[in-house]
Formats: sequence, C-alpha cells, structure tokens
Amino acid sequence: MKRVVITGAGTINALGASVPQTMEAMREGRCGIGPLEIRDVDRLSIKIAGQVRGYDPEAHWNRQQISLYDRFTQFTLIAAKEAIAQAGLSFIGDLAARSGVVLGTAGGGVTTWDENYRAVYETGKNRVHPFVVPKLMNNAAASHLSMEFNLKGPSFTVATACASSNHAMGQAFQIIRSGMSEVMVTGGSESMLCFGGVKAWEGLRVMSKDACRPFSANRNGMVQGEGAGVFVFEEYEHARARGADILAEVVGFSMTSDAADIVMPSKQGAARAISGALADAGVNADEVGYINAHGTGTAANDKTECAAVADAFGAHADKLMISSTKSMHGHLIGGTGAVELLACIMALRDGVIAPTIGYEEPDPECALDVVPNTAREAKVDVVLSNAFAFGGMNAVLALRAV
Amino acid sequence: MSASVKDKVIEIIAEQAVLEVSDVRMDQSLEDLGIDSLGLVESIFAIEEAFDIEVPFNANEPQNSQFDISSVAAIVAAVESLVQEQTA
Repeated sequence: MKRVVITGAGTINALGASVPQTMEAMREGRCGIGPLEIRDVDRLSIKIAGQVRGYDPEAHWNRQQISLYDRFTQFTLIAAKEAIAQAGLSFIGDLAARSGVVLGTAGGGVTTWDENYRAVYETGKNRVHPFVVPKLMNNAAASHLSMEFNLKGPSFTVATACASSNHAMGQAFQIIRSGMSEVMVTGGSESMLCFGGVKAWEGLRVMSKDACRPFSANRNGMVQGEGAGVFVFEEYEHARARGADILAEVVGFSMTSDAADIVMPSKQGAARAISGALADAGVNADEVGYINAHGTGTAANDKTECAAVADAFGAHADKLMISSTKSMHGHLIGGTGAVELLACIMALRDGVIAPTIGYEEPDPECALDVVPNTAREAKVDVVLSNAFAFGGMNAVLALRAV
Repeated sequence: MSASVKDKVIEIIAEQAVLEVSDVRMDQSLEDLGIDSLGLVESIFAIEEAFDIEVPFNANEPQNSQFDISSVAAIVAAVESLVQEQTA
C-alpha cells in the first residue's frame, strides 16, 4: 500500500480567507460566530451564524462565472487555489490524466435553490436563469475545480450530511493508497446560510440562539457556519521526489453506519469508527495525542461522542486532548471535516492545540480534556478527526506528523 | 376554550403515539406513550400549527425550555397559557 501525505491546504470560512488567517484565529481562540446577515433574517428565530464576512464575489469572478458558481462552488475554488498553489503542482500530461477531485457537501447549491424558489413561488415569475441546474447540483464545485485545474482522473462528490468531507477525504486517501492516483484534490464545502437553509435547521429545534458551547454543561445547540476546506493529498514518494513540503501524513480512515436512528447518534457506531481508524492506521490508542471532535454543541452529540471516545480509548481517554473548533467557525455541515482538518494539521505541525471556546461549565457526561477556551502548546504525533452525521454515518480520519 | 385545547392536544399526542384518543391519560408522560425525541419535536410542531402559537422549546435543554413536557396534563396546561398569552 502507498503512503499518503498532505502537501497543500486552503480554506475560506468565518475565521479567515486563508489557512494562515484561520490557524491564527484558532490559536487565539477567536470566535467567528456573529449576527447573521441575510435577507429576511427577521423572520428567523435563529439569528447567528459563522458567516464568511466581507466577501465580495466580484473581487474574484466575472459575471459569467458568477452566473455558474453558487456560493459553495466559489468557496471551493478559493480554497483549492490556495491549496494547489502551496503544493506547487501543475496538472499536465499523465499527472493530469490520473489526478482527480473528491469533495463533500451536504446541500450543494442551497442558495441557488433558495433564490430560484423565491423567484417562482414568491415573486410569481415563470422563468428561471438557464444555469440553475448546473449551478445547484451537488457536484458543481468538484466539476468546476476539475475544469479550473485540469484534473482528469477519478472525480465525484460525496454527500453524507455532516460527515461528507471526512468521507470525501477518506475516499481520496484510499484512491492514492491503492495506487489508482498519485495526487487527489479533496475536502468539502457548504453554504446554506440563506433563509430556507437556516429555516430548515430551525425546524429541528437543535440550534442555539446565542453561542456554540461544545462539551459545556450549559450548551444549548449548534450554530451553522459556511465555507470550504480543500487539500492536496499526494503519494509519499511522489511528494518526496519533487521535494514538496509535507504538512502531515494521512495514515488511517474508517467509516461505520449506526443503522439505528435518523438523527440520534450512537455511541457504538462512533466508537467503532474511531477504533477502525486506529486499526487501519496501525497505531496504538495510546499514541493518539489529540482528537478534533465532531463536538456540535448539542446535548446528544457531545455526550455520545465523549462516551464513544472513552469506550474506544479506555484509560488513555483521560490523557488525550479533544477539542471542538465548531465553537469558533460554526458547523459547516458537509464542509466541516475539511476546515477541522486544519486544526489537526496545526496540532501535528505547529504543536498548537486549538481550543474549545465558549466553555463555561464542566459536564460530568463530557469529562475529557476539551482544551477549554485557550489554545495549548503540546507535541502530538498522531491525531484523529471525527465526523458523525445525521443518518448515523460516521467517518474518522487518522493523521501522523511527518 | 379550555376543553377544546385539551382535546386538540390529546388528539395530536394520540396521533403521534399511534393510539386512540381514549387511550391517552392525563398523567402519562410522553415516554409512557412511546413518543421519542423526534416524536416530541413533531408534536410541538403540530401544536404550533394547530393553535398558531410559538412554543419555546429547544431539544438540547428541554428542562430549561419554559415548556413543561413532563406529562400530558402539563403539556395541555402549557399550551393553554401560551394560547392565552399569544392571542391576548
């Protein structure tokens, strides 16, 4: 089996428009969640989000491109540009033919659906723009990314709600590991901060009106975010031969399905995914120094996740650190695992553990070291990134320092 | 007014529990009736639609939601006071 390393990273999210900005915010424990600024926000009961602010599409794209790129595609392309520039790769010839893109998104072009439903239902128009379908389709971001960078190999989009990005990156990992490709561009993106996108989440009554406080006893729900995270995954020898700067190695991946409940998480399903990732990576539980938690800030997720970690790690659960950066950037739904992978890279490369901010009261059901409120310096060699989706689909990645 | 609120709430709960209206007792909890967290959220939605009210309920902290769901009687009382407040 081939070894797989990360040689490029890019992002745009509520914490920043690049990886350095985002990592700086994570180090400082800065909160990117604030008042939601969208049309008809006064008709929503949830009025906060981790929104990408100060973003002007026209600074990046011409009119023709904007007519084809939903906001989730725009975020993807911005993140991909940063990642591919860092990797320093040009996709030509054989490399282009064998390299592909696997991205995660839960909703795809939700804003495009929202705007055009408005046009036909609310405004009563009988005609929509000709590009509505290619703009809203879930694979639009992956397709535009492939076109922009000439990626002609295996390319597709994965949709497993909040685990989409982790499932996508797991696929990219396996494609390279098996020898099918030498380079894959992967990650995920989401942008559902529009009236319909937020209203749908409101319905479930799991959203917080004031803050995302994962693991804190007084947590009262999740907060939506938006943005993208994109990475260049590369076969280890390929990266070494060209002297690429290696950010981290992806060493394991596991996915499980609870087969139980459409919204309630299962401790067993999560624990099996965690143990599976360790086994796939061939690492012992006690080598893991940090877990980037799914940590949504809901009552159900956080206690189930802590119980799963306790089950999977036994006594070592009390020695490792586990934090949820959703407290800072919000829950990017299908894009969340990708942005959260940055916290894993920061832990491995810079020795800085991103905090769980907004932590106010210990919860006996979440009695782990959640790195409350302030980032911590620590040397860690192996980290995990958890993602547990509605529908009971779990995906856990394991990374090692190189 | 009060009797009709009670009847309607019981009808909504009975439908969610897949029971006859006559099988729902005022002292029962939703758990007794076999209604899980999804069923609860759906019941609250149905109550809001039926009475045109906003029910302050967050599934993360049901105990702090100022909407007592401990029994059928408690739910009926809570809905009665919300109807009074919100249509006053």
